[in-house]
Amino acid sequence: MLTEPLVWAIFLLPVASFLIIGLVLRPAISAVPALAKASGYLTIIALGIGFALSIWLLRSSAHGVIYAFPPHLWLDLGPASVQMGLLLDPLTNIMLVVVTGVSLMVQIYSLAYMDGDRSFARYYAYMSLFSASMIGLVLASNIVQMYVFWELVGLSSYLLIGFWHDRPAAAAAAKKAFIITRIGDVGFLLAIIFLFFQADTFAARGLNAFHIPDIWEAARPIAAGGAGIVAGGALLWLCLGLFAGAVGKSGQFPLHTWLPDAMEGPTPVSALIHAATMVAAGVFLVGRFFPVFAESEVAMMVVALIGAFTAVFAATMALAANDIKRVMAYSTVSQLGYMMAALGVGAYNAALFHLFTHAFFKALLFLGAGSVNHAAGTFNMMYMGGLRKSMPWTYGLTLVGALSLVGIFPLAGFWSKDEILLESWLAGGAAPVAIVVFFALLVGVLLTAFYSFRMIHLTFHGEFRGGGERELHDVAAAGQPAPTGVTHHVHLGESPRVMVAPMFLLGISAVIAGWLANPIGVGMLFGLIPSHWLTEYLASGLHDGHHAPPFSIAMAVISNVVALAGIGLAVLVYAWPRAFTSLDPLTRGGVVHTLLAQRYYFDDLYEGLIVNRIFYRITVAATDWIDRNVVDGIVGLLGWISRNIGGLIALAQNGQVQTYPLAAATGGLVILILYLILG
Amino acid sequence: MWFEDAVFWILAVVAIAGSVGVVLVRDLFRASLLLSLVFIAVGGFFILMNAEFLAVVQVLIYVGAIAVLFIFAVMLTRDVQRGNTPNRLQVPAAFIATLLLVMMVATVVTTDWTTLAGAGLENKSRVAQIQAVGIPDAARLTAAGLTADEVTDVQTGGLADLLIGEFVLPFEAVSLLLLAAAIGGLALARGRGR
Amino acid sequence: MSLESMLIVAAIIFCIGLYGALARRNFIAVLMSIELMFNAVNLTLVAMGRWLVPFAVQEQLSTVLTGQVFAVFIITVAAAEIALGLGIVFAVYRTNESVDLTDAATMRH
Repeated sequence: MLTEPLVWAIFLLPVASFLIIGLVLRPAISAVPALAKASGYLTIIALGIGFALSIWLLRSSAHGVIYAFPPHLWLDLGPASVQMGLLLDPLTNIMLVVVTGVSLMVQIYSLAYMDGDRSFARYYAYMSLFSASMIGLVLASNIVQMYVFWELVGLSSYLLIGFWHDRPAAAAAAKKAFIITRIGDVGFLLAIIFLFFQADTFAARGLNAFHIPDIWEAARPIAAGGAGIVAGGALLWLCLGLFAGAVGKSGQFPLHTWLPDAMEGPTPVSALIHAATMVAAGVFLVGRFFPVFAESEVAMMVVALIGAFTAVFAATMALAANDIKRVMAYSTVSQLGYMMAALGVGAYNAALFHLFTHAFFKALLFLGAGSVNHAAGTFNMMYMGGLRKSMPWTYGLTLVGALSLVGIFPLAGFWSKDEILLESWLAGGAAPVAIVVFFALLVGVLLTAFYSFRMIHLTFHGEFRGGGERELHDVAAAGQPAPTGVTHHVHLGESPRVMVAPMFLLGISAVIAGWLANPIGVGMLFGLIPSHWLTEYLASGLHDGHHAPPFSIAMAVISNVVALAGIGLAVLVYAWPRAFTSLDPLTRGGVVHTLLAQRYYFDDLYEGLIVNRIFYRITVAATDWIDRNVVDGIVGLLGWISRNIGGLIALAQNGQVQTYPLAAATGGLVILILYLILG
Repeated sequence: MWFEDAVFWILAVVAIAGSVGVVLVRDLFRASLLLSLVFIAVGGFFILMNAEFLAVVQVLIYVGAIAVLFIFAVMLTRDVQRGNTPNRLQVPAAFIATLLLVMMVATVVTTDWTTLAGAGLENKSRVAQIQAVGIPDAARLTAAGLTADEVTDVQTGGLADLLIGEFVLPFEAVSLLLLAAAIGGLALARGRGR
Repeated sequence: MSLESMLIVAAIIFCIGLYGALARRNFIAVLMSIELMFNAVNLTLVAMGRWLVPFAVQEQLSTVLTGQVFAVFIITVAAAEIALGLGIVFAVYRTNESVDLTDAATMRH
């Protein structure tokens, strides 16, 4: 039985680690360099304990222990007091395991990856801060508390993307990520403000407008036994506000442009933050307020369509990316689209199941990319190739991750993706939108398979094409600045064990994580986990729990056939030397390839058109004009008035003593006259 | 009464004419002498208004000290020849002064004064004032029609009693002022560095 | 002789003094004019005390002397003022070699 302090410890240990590293270790490092390593171990110990506690929490919760700790008052705002509390429902428990687990693996991996970086301690301080914020976000029982951690997560993401802040590209990417996610956060904030203005209505029913379970209650119609405070248009806008925050954080269309750029950060950061946990916060947010979304048909439709569109849209961009981390980034955006789409069609547990499995295999893929970079000195796949011979472990694990991502039976990705497809197909009976979603996601499966194996082939097969050394040479010859993460340091060989070991653990997870929810009850064979365990557990957290549909062999066959078709196509295009001669035959795609490689020109649209043209030319020009003419004019006018009044007064201050008593006498005279007239 | 009125008008003419002279005469030395004349006329007014003590003070301080100081000042500065010329503010000053005079006269005329004569207290008050600066003789006060209480009041209520009684604080302040003025005058006249 | 005539005479002297104080160039003449104004005020105060019903006449006859008390103070202040004023005259004279007020437009050494 866990006590409240133990649950808080999951959150407070990384906080303590952050504070100790930041305030105690870092200032001392210049004197004792050995302390840098200590900061890494400190973070790992803090997260290790947190992971153990999370497992304990999940285990006891799964055995039917219900944890409910009363929240603590933070700010008393009259009817809507802001509280600090723990919301330990199944969603939180699962997320805790994902966050602490993946985080732990990544921190261990970073020990080797970041070895020798002069800001080693700073890296671990930020990582601790991030882990603490993410855990705080997951634990929050209050929407304001959640928002605080939401922004803290954004802050640590900013700090970590710009970790190598002496690189202009990294600094720019950090700013871009921060600003674009902020656009979405405005929606979140507006939703909170809306709730604040409803506080009296909430309080009249004995609810707290900021307490998350109370918000669920408020959105439930009276007919269903809820409070029915928020309904209709207001409910829709509340949902859209929250969804805007999720879109920004999860890199959904149209706020997706920051996520590929965020790969400027260290690779473990990309793995942890921009693949496994933080970007999933958007999905988590929608999942957290799923009972609210579920009451608004239009909001659900928006979520489903945005998700499905992003799933395909991002996957197409992954086809033309040459940077291995960017491929991963688009893949992440695409997979987050799957989760959103699943939420949109009402498949709450399938979406979160996919979040769960995705965290493991995507983190694995990123760590694989980092491992490849460690050897080849570059992230550009055009300069890789043939690495399977020199780094067999990385190859094998990345292949497992890719197969899991594609959704090949019986890997983790298969179970979750299959469930999403099945649910959207079944939901299509009631809502035509779901059918659109289903086919979009099916196309997404094909594209995912293709780009995954394009990546595998370009990286690990064929002949080695020179790595970072060659790239630097080519870039220098073309007269361009060197891209980030490229070094002359090329040594073909397996990465150190401390990097491979976490990858191995994640690889195991990427294989077996799906069995937590295996719909066919294979897990029963081991006598450990009943079938549909995860989805049922998640559903138990909802008021009217949605139950997973029975396994459909037809659907499994369809999705696997589509996935295999994608893999086959990729093999045909890349691995069959006689078919095409160039390295990447897709470059012959002409306009389409250019469109994809230029990321549909969205960056140009945002930065070139909206920011430079509209914002700078029009908004800034207008404000500049106002500043120059109106504001400066007022200031100038004030100056002119005071100057002239001053001149006028200076006329009187002429130093002639007798003018002063003359003025005084005049004043006295006026008073006397007024006295005679008025009084 | 006609005697008092006659004296009043003579004094009024002397005072006003003297004042005009002080302001307009070019020779500052003559102006100083005319100023003494005005001071003396004002002293006469004080006697007419039963303020004999003040009249004495007026003559002692103004005529005896201030006018003499002025004469010294005039003689110590070399501008005597250039004289008392007007400055550029002559016209506005004349305008303001005239207007102020008109207003003050209008005020004096239009105001409904509650005089002692109107209140039937003329006699008592006069006696009181005579005694205030003289020796408070109980017999004379009783003869002037004052009651026993009023006699005591007047006897203890002389000007000197007021100055060191009710008005002792401003009295002390004025003594400080005089001290400061003496030091300041010294400092100013002594000049810097000498 | 009445209150009104006394006050009017005082007003005339006051206004002549005012004119002189405002319109004369010579510092000493200005000081003289100011003395005229002081005297006019003194006349007013004493006249008020002489003719008007004091505020507390029923309780204390001595209050009729208040006007004279004020006149005493004013004479004292006038004496101080003239001592300082003439001191300033000499200071200005030493600096400017003249007692012309219009020349002393800048208050500095």
